Amino acid sequence: MSDAQTIAVEVAGIEQVTPLIKHFKLRPIAGGTLPVFSGGSHIIVVMQGAGRVHKNPYSLLGSPFELETYEIGVRRMEESRGGSHFMHDAVKIGSRLEIAHPVNLFGLDKIARKHVLIAGGIGITPFLAQLEDLHGGGVPYEMHYSVRSSEHAAFLQRLRRREGARLHMYYDSEGQLIPFEPLLANQPLGTHVYVCGPAGMINHVIATARSSGWADSHIHWEQFSAPPVGDAFEVFLARSNLSVHVPPDQSLLESIEAAGVEVPYLCRGGVCGFCHTRVLELDGELLHNDHFLSDADKAKGKSIMPCVSRAHCKRLVLDL
Amino acid sequence: MSVVFKPHETFRDDFSYSNSAQAIRRFPLPFPEDSYMYSVNIEPHLPGPKGSVTEFAFDVDEHYVAECRERAIVLAQEPLRYQALPHMMSSQWDCLELIMESLAKDYPAHFSLAKQGNRWHWINRPLGLDQQFTFGDAATLPREPLDYITRQAQGDFVVMDQREGDLWAEAGMVTTQADWSLDFDLGMTFKEWHGPVPLAHELQVFDRALKFLLNLRLGQPVRRLNWTMTIHPRLDTSPENYPQWGTDRAKVTAQNAGELVHLRVELQGLWRLPRSNAIVFGIRCYLVSLRELATVPKWARRVHRVLKELHPALVDYKGLTRYRDAAVEWLAPFDDGAPTTPGTAPE
Repeated sequence: MSDAQTIAVEVAGIEQVTPLIKHFKLRPIAGGTLPVFSGGSHIIVVMQGAGRVHKNPYSLLGSPFELETYEIGVRRMEESRGGSHFMHDAVKIGSRLEIAHPVNLFGLDKIARKHVLIAGGIGITPFLAQLEDLHGGGVPYEMHYSVRSSEHAAFLQRLRRREGARLHMYYDSEGQLIPFEPLLANQPLGTHVYVCGPAGMINHVIATARSSGWADSHIHWEQFSAPPVGDAFEVFLARSNLSVHVPPDQSLLESIEAAGVEVPYLCRGGVCGFCHTRVLELDGELLHNDHFLSDADKAKGKSIMPCVSRAHCKRLVLDL
Repeated sequence: MSVVFKPHETFRDDFSYSNSAQAIRRFPLPFPEDSYMYSVNIEPHLPGPKGSVTEFAFDVDEHYVAECRERAIVLAQEPLRYQALPHMMSSQWDCLELIMESLAKDYPAHFSLAKQGNRWHWINRPLGLDQQFTFGDAATLPREPLDYITRQAQGDFVVMDQREGDLWAEAGMVTTQADWSLDFDLGMTFKEWHGPVPLAHELQVFDRALKFLLNLRLGQPVRRLNWTMTIHPRLDTSPENYPQWGTDRAKVTAQNAGELVHLRVELQGLWRLPRSNAIVFGIRCYLVSLRELATVPKWARRVHRVLKELHPALVDYKGLTRYRDAAVEWLAPFDDGAPTTPGTAPE
C-alpha cells in the first residue's frame, strides 16, 4: 500500500479501560461511514509523531455492522518505540490520524463446525469483532480469555453482557490457567481453534493442538510483533543506490521509508509476508523477528522482513 | 452514460449477434505484441479511458439486454449453472452490493439504488425490474442474492472463499464460459480449478497468482485479459453442452472463417469482498468475428501473426487445432508484413 490510500479520521472517543489499555473511537473526517470489514481485520494507524512517523497495526474491535466509527484498543508497551506511547499520551479527542483500509489476516473459517477462541490480554481485540459475526450464527463457539487480574480484563462487561456462559475467564492473580490440554483434547471434529496473545501462549496452543492431533489447517493465530529495539546498523539499498542508517528505536522498514523509498507492506507486524525483501550481501547476521519465513529460510539468510527484523552486521545490501 | 441496446440479438440458433462499429473499436484486444505466451498479466482495475471497456468497474454495453436473456435461457434448462455453498451467504450479499452500487453510480440512466438503512430499492430500467428488499434478508428477494444480481449482469462470476492459505471456488454464476463447468469445479482450490491449463503450472504462474490474490486488498481490485476462440458468437460453450457446439469446429474453412471464427476475450476482474473476506472473480466475455476484427488493419495483421506462431500446447488447450490453419489462411491477405505499433490501440 501507499499512504495515498489512507483515510483521514479524527478521534471521537477515548476510554482508559485498564491501567494499560486505552480504547479509541475513530470517525472519518469526511463524514459518512467507514469501509465494511470482517471480524479479525486490522488497520494500520499512521501517527505523525515528533520528528518521525509511526505506523502500527491494530485490530478492529467494534461491530462490523456499525461503521460510523472504527474502534481499536491500544496497550501501552513497556519497550515502546513510540507508537503506543504516542497513542496514550499525545492523542486527544479531536486528534487527527490517518488509517489504511482494513486487511484481514485472521479470518474465521467459514466451514468450521465449532470455534474455540483463546485470548491473552490485549489479544482479545480481534475476537471482539469476530464475536459480532459469530453471535446468532448457528455455529457453536466458546471464548477463553486470560488476563493478569480483574483490573486488566479489558472489555469484560461488553463480553459478559453478550456472551454469557460462552465466556470463560481466567485470572493469573487467582492462579487460574486456561486448561489447554483437556480443552484441545476434547473438541468435536471440525473444530477450529484461534489464539491471539503473548508469544508464549500462542506457541503453547500450537504445540498442544498439534500433539493432540489437530491439523495445522484448523489452528489459527495472530500476533503482531512490535518491531524490537536493537543496535543501530547501516543498510545499502542496491536498486536505489542509497545508504540508510537504522537507529536503535526505528525499524528497518521505517528507516527505509524515511529515506524516501517505498516498500510494499500490509501488516507491519511480521505476519503477512508482503514486505519480503531479498538480501544481496551480508557481513554478519540477520535478526529475524517475523512469523512468516520458515526456520530454514531464516537460516539461509537470503531474505528478510524489514517490518520487524533487523541485522547485526557491518554491511547489509538489500534488493530495493 | 447511456447505452443503446440491441435487445433482439441472439447467441444461439440463428446467431444474430454482431458488433456495431463503436463496439469493434472498443474491443479489448488481448495482444499488446505480435506473439503470445502466458504471463501474470495482472494490473490494477483502475478506470480506463472514457468509452473503453475498463472505464467502469463493470462494463455495460450494447449486448446487455440480450446477454441477460441468454443467461435466463441457459438457467431455465440447467439450473446448476448457478450454485452457492451454504457458507457463502455473506459473500453473496457482498457481491450484490458491489454490483448494484457500481451500476447505479456508473450508469444512472439505466440503474438506480436507494438505501434507507437496510431497506434497499433497486431499479433496473433496461430489464424493467423494480425491487424493494432488506439487505441481509434473503427472504425479501425473489432469488438468492448472487443469483438475483448476476442475472442482471454481463459475464460470469465465481466467488472464492479464502482459508487455509488458499482460495476455494464455492459459489458462482457460469453461463458464458469457455468450456469449463462450475458444477464440476465447485469446491476446488485455486490450483485444482486451474489444473487443466498447460505450461502455466511449470512457469509457476499459479503459485505467483495465488500468492498475489491472497493479499488482494479491499478497494484495490485488479484485472487481466484472457482469450480463446469460438465458432459462431456462442456465449454458452459449456462442457455440458459439448455435443451442441463441438462439431461446429469441423465446419470452418478458409472461405467462411471470417464469419464463423470469433476471437473470445475475457476481461477478468478480481475484488476483495468486505464482509466475507472472500474474492469475487468476474469473467466478462467479449466476442468479435474475424471479419469484424479485420476492419482494423493493425489488429488483422497482429492476430494473423499471433495465431500463426502460437505454441502447439496452447493451440490444443484452447481447442483451436481443427481450424487454426483455416483462420490463419483467411487472415493472411490482411497481413502485408508491415510492422505493427506497440500496444493494443486500433491506431
